[in-house]
Amino acid sequence: MDVEETRLPGIGLRHDLVTAQGRRVGVISQRNGARHVVLYDERDPDATAATIELTPEESEVVAELLGAPRITERLSRLREQVEGLATEGLPIEPGSPYVGATLGEAAIRTRTGASVVAVVRGEEMIASPSPDFRFQVEDRLVVVGTSDGVAAVGRLLNAH
Amino acid sequence: MDVGHTAVLLLELGAVVFGLGVLGSLAGRIGLSPIPLYLLAGLAFGNGGLLPLEAPEGFFATGAEVGVVLLLLVLGLEYTAGDLVENLRRQAPVGVVDLLLNGLPGAALALLLGWGPTAALALFGVTAISSSGIISKLLTDLGRLGNRETPAVLGVLVIEDLAMAAYLPVLTGIVAATSTGDAVLSVAVALATLAAVLVVAVRHGSTVTRFVGARSNEILLLRVLGLALLVAGAAEAVHVSAAVGAFLLGIALSGEVAERIGDLLSPLRDLFAAVFFVFFGLSTDPTELSGALLPAAALAAVGIGTKLLTGWIAGRRAGVGPPGRVRAGAALIARGEFSIIIAGLVLGSVPAAFGPTVAAYVLILAVIGPLAPRLADPWARRLAARPARRTPA
Repeated sequence: MDVEETRLPGIGLRHDLVTAQGRRVGVISQRNGARHVVLYDERDPDATAATIELTPEESEVVAELLGAPRITERLSRLREQVEGLATEGLPIEPGSPYVGATLGEAAIRTRTGASVVAVVRGEEMIASPSPDFRFQVEDRLVVVGTSDGVAAVGRLLNAH
Repeated sequence: MDVGHTAVLLLELGAVVFGLGVLGSLAGRIGLSPIPLYLLAGLAFGNGGLLPLEAPEGFFATGAEVGVVLLLLVLGLEYTAGDLVENLRRQAPVGVVDLLLNGLPGAALALLLGWGPTAALALFGVTAISSSGIISKLLTDLGRLGNRETPAVLGVLVIEDLAMAAYLPVLTGIVAATSTGDAVLSVAVALATLAAVLVVAVRHGSTVTRFVGARSNEILLLRVLGLALLVAGAAEAVHVSAAVGAFLLGIALSGEVAERIGDLLSPLRDLFAAVFFVFFGLSTDPTELSGALLPAAALAAVGIGTKLLTGWIAGRRAGVGPPGRVRAGAALIARGEFSIIIAGLVLGSVPAAFGPTVAAYVLILAVIGPLAPRLADPWARRLAARPARRTPA
């Protein structure tokens, strides 16, 4: 699928593509954040048949409607593709030896073969934490690995 | 009853500005640009007009200068240095064709009428340069921003605006000079200054932006307006022309600050641009208008043809089919603010018939300009209905 990008001097950018069914669709991104969705004429592919203007909030909602199902789709496909891969959210409980330790000090991957790909802290999500990331009580670690590896991480984190 | 000077001034000024508001809404309702109506209002209020006004002339003279500065400053704000450089690289051949096709008939007419070389150079610019203001509003109103010929149309406008930045200093230098040697020198100084300022604008735009940036809108407005007038004045002093100074400042300002400045200045721009058009009408003798109508109409007819041709060439170069090429040409027809700015620069040093001719020319094309794309649409659609083999994809 080819997406064509065109500069509109003084206005912003236009992206357009031809769908599998032969219709041309475009999105104009104005510098002030407004978006126009453009449908092209079937008989004259250079002319617009309809233009819909979206405010920044509206375009975000439309983007979510179009994009969100695709993300879950991709995730489930990933799980199907990589059989035997386990993902789990593991909490740091109060009294864990790793409260206040860094990810590097815990050396989780070296000891279990499983990786910490993200940490959920309250409402916040920290993707790919660096080795100097410091654990706190109630952090939830998103761990990916073999099921044995993931189970080993669980035992390690909360070994009293 | 004895009415004081201040009272007369305010009453006349109020009546004119309110009248412009009425005219503007009228123009909006019938899908026209307000520019021709502002010009007509100026003609009516001037010496020899229907309703000559005396008191506010000083305000209009100063306001018109501020109007030019604001028009060009806001235009410059819409462009980033990247836009300009990329367009210059891609669209330069189309730009040259556009300027020559549309400018030469104007220059030829001025020479034919025996108006001399300065008038010929000025009329070249008047007929060559389309109105970015009218055309970008037109494309938005007609919902054509997405059309595939629109980048070609906008590209031509950008090149014209850039060409203006080089052309105005040359014109100003020639008008200011008293001898040929003097003219060459002052044009050389003007172009050297222009090049230096352009480099600063493109390379150090972020420094300039930081310099004026302020959290409060009030302070931002005062700083930018003050700086614009300073730059414009300095540019005028070395014959680069105030308009070009303001345009370059607009280009130098960039990013989110430029966005805010644009929003803040747009209402001011609208007010002072209206004052500018009225002032040009005021300084044109309406009794001369009837005599100027014939050459202006002939020039306008040629101007429509040459812009259609420009659009066709620009569209074909952009890989757009024949219907889009017709739409591109029709969109480019409107002339407006730039033609008047150019004419305003030379009014004192050309024959008296020049001003009325330009006024009539802009009146005609600022009215036809917004109508042309609508009129050309059936023609474009017929081209689209033809068999596809005529336009290999």
